[in-house]
Amino acid sequence: MTAVATREKIQRLQGFLPSVAVLIAFFVIPLAIIVVYSFMTKGPYGGVIPEFSLDAYRKIILQEQLDGSFRLNYPLIVILWRSVFLAFVTTVLCLLIGFPAAYVIAQQSDRMKTLLLIFIMIPFWSNLLIRTIAWIVLLRDKGPINSFLMATGIIDHPLSMLFTNGAIVVGLVYVYIPFMILPIYTSVERLDKSVVEAAFDLYASRFQVFLKVIVPLTMPGIIAGCFLVLIPSIGAFVTPDLLGGGRKLMIGTLIQRQFTEARDWPYGAALSAVLLLLVIIALLAQNRAGRRKAG
Amino acid sequence: MATSTRKLTRFPMFGTITVLLYVFLYAPISVFILFAFNDSNTVSVWSGFTLRWFGVALSNDALQKAGTNTLLVAFSATIMSVLLSIPAALATVRPGQSSSAPWFLSLVSLPLITPEIVVGISLLSFFTLIGLDLGRGNIIIAHTVFCLPFAYLPIVSRLRSIDMGILEAADDLYATRWARFRMIVLPLLLPGITSGAMLAFIVSFDNFIVSFMVASAGGTTLPMYIYGMAKTQITPELNALSVIVMMVSLLLLLIAYVTTRGKLLNMGSGT
Repeated sequence: MTAVATREKIQRLQGFLPSVAVLIAFFVIPLAIIVVYSFMTKGPYGGVIPEFSLDAYRKIILQEQLDGSFRLNYPLIVILWRSVFLAFVTTVLCLLIGFPAAYVIAQQSDRMKTLLLIFIMIPFWSNLLIRTIAWIVLLRDKGPINSFLMATGIIDHPLSMLFTNGAIVVGLVYVYIPFMILPIYTSVERLDKSVVEAAFDLYASRFQVFLKVIVPLTMPGIIAGCFLVLIPSIGAFVTPDLLGGGRKLMIGTLIQRQFTEARDWPYGAALSAVLLLLVIIALLAQNRAGRRKAG
Repeated sequence: MATSTRKLTRFPMFGTITVLLYVFLYAPISVFILFAFNDSNTVSVWSGFTLRWFGVALSNDALQKAGTNTLLVAFSATIMSVLLSIPAALATVRPGQSSSAPWFLSLVSLPLITPEIVVGISLLSFFTLIGLDLGRGNIIIAHTVFCLPFAYLPIVSRLRSIDMGILEAADDLYATRWARFRMIVLPLLLPGITSGAMLAFIVSFDNFIVSFMVASAGGTTLPMYIYGMAKTQITPELNALSVIVMMVSLLLLLIAYVTTRGKLLNMGSGT
């Protein structure tokens, strides 16, 4: 009996082995290297010198002045704050638009539902870069929005919409809203409609039904959706980079620059470690929120 | 069954928000596509229909090279991730085993949770450290890592729907393990493999950040080329190229959708 069970187990592990080996070699180990690099000294032309140093982390908080004294690194704190804040705003907007949409889609006939969901999925599977560039064209000074507003005489100077926090948020909502809609849709689908009817039979108002019945019952979908939007938004690179330009940096672009122009790998590695920490905190919060819901 | 015919209550504004959402999702990209057919050098003013920008894009040498790179990388990463996924899927769903190895699903999904820029720079550091410089080979390895979950999930989902009794019947008829796999499992698994391959291909084909960080000189892919154009000047040629790129993804998505008979829709819902 145990011999058979052991053989079964070995066979099973053999199936997983190739993928696990690839993931360890080309994902786990590289991440570990980044963590190690964050504690090393910066090399003169990029790369690192294998000497222990906390300089990279110090640089995140304190900036060395010309006279050798240290001051709080305000520019960096602004970038970190912007990354977290814009990701939150994006999540809230996605929820405010995504919940009603998911709710409405779930009410349709089966054929209509499929069709509407396909049209949510298509952007999700099409090129993120191109979808973001479409917004550059729309928002820029000579773009269709400004031309229209100028032609109708609403404004006489083009509005500067590109390279603003607003442009970044619009782009992030555009890119990540399918992540909000799909899990909420699943929750609304599973909602026991007789509970909602029971609430109405007990003379609950529509508002009460929404707040006290529908929202709590679809909470697992709401929680999943919020974190599926929040997590990639914090570390996003393409959207903030193209729509925020060089003026409104988020942490993703800052990390990328350390490995290209700035050639400060330990600093980029330390920033990556901070970003990973933010993601882990978000995952733990999701886990807790999910468990509190279940308990 | 009766509950499914009942309607939930409607709320004011929800319908309007939904309509506006679809406008928001499709208006920007529609305008962008429209200007690929615009007979003018600027992307702002409409001056008549033309297909010449597609000609300009397709005859651009640098673009052709980037296109070849992209296809080569996507084909290789797709084949690698499918080849890795099949044994893993077979190990996940085993006859008479209730556990479906959730640890593996977590591990394989990790590259999707990790910010892509971090995946990119960590691989860059790793390749530099071990001195691995295979040109496009480095990009292929990198893509295989995040293509894995996209190849794995449809294959597992298909495998679950196979009646394991058939396998027992094959054993009873003294089929070898290989014969059982080759003649029964593989043909039944084919729709899952096809849709997994399509999704992996799309994900690799569209990837920008990881390629951008890992690629060496001459390894430019289409998304990298598009990014370069977006950073310098947006011309109608870029619009035409974008239309071509989106059509490729859409076509592959359609194949994946048809081979899973619409089950694909349930995959993104996190269940």
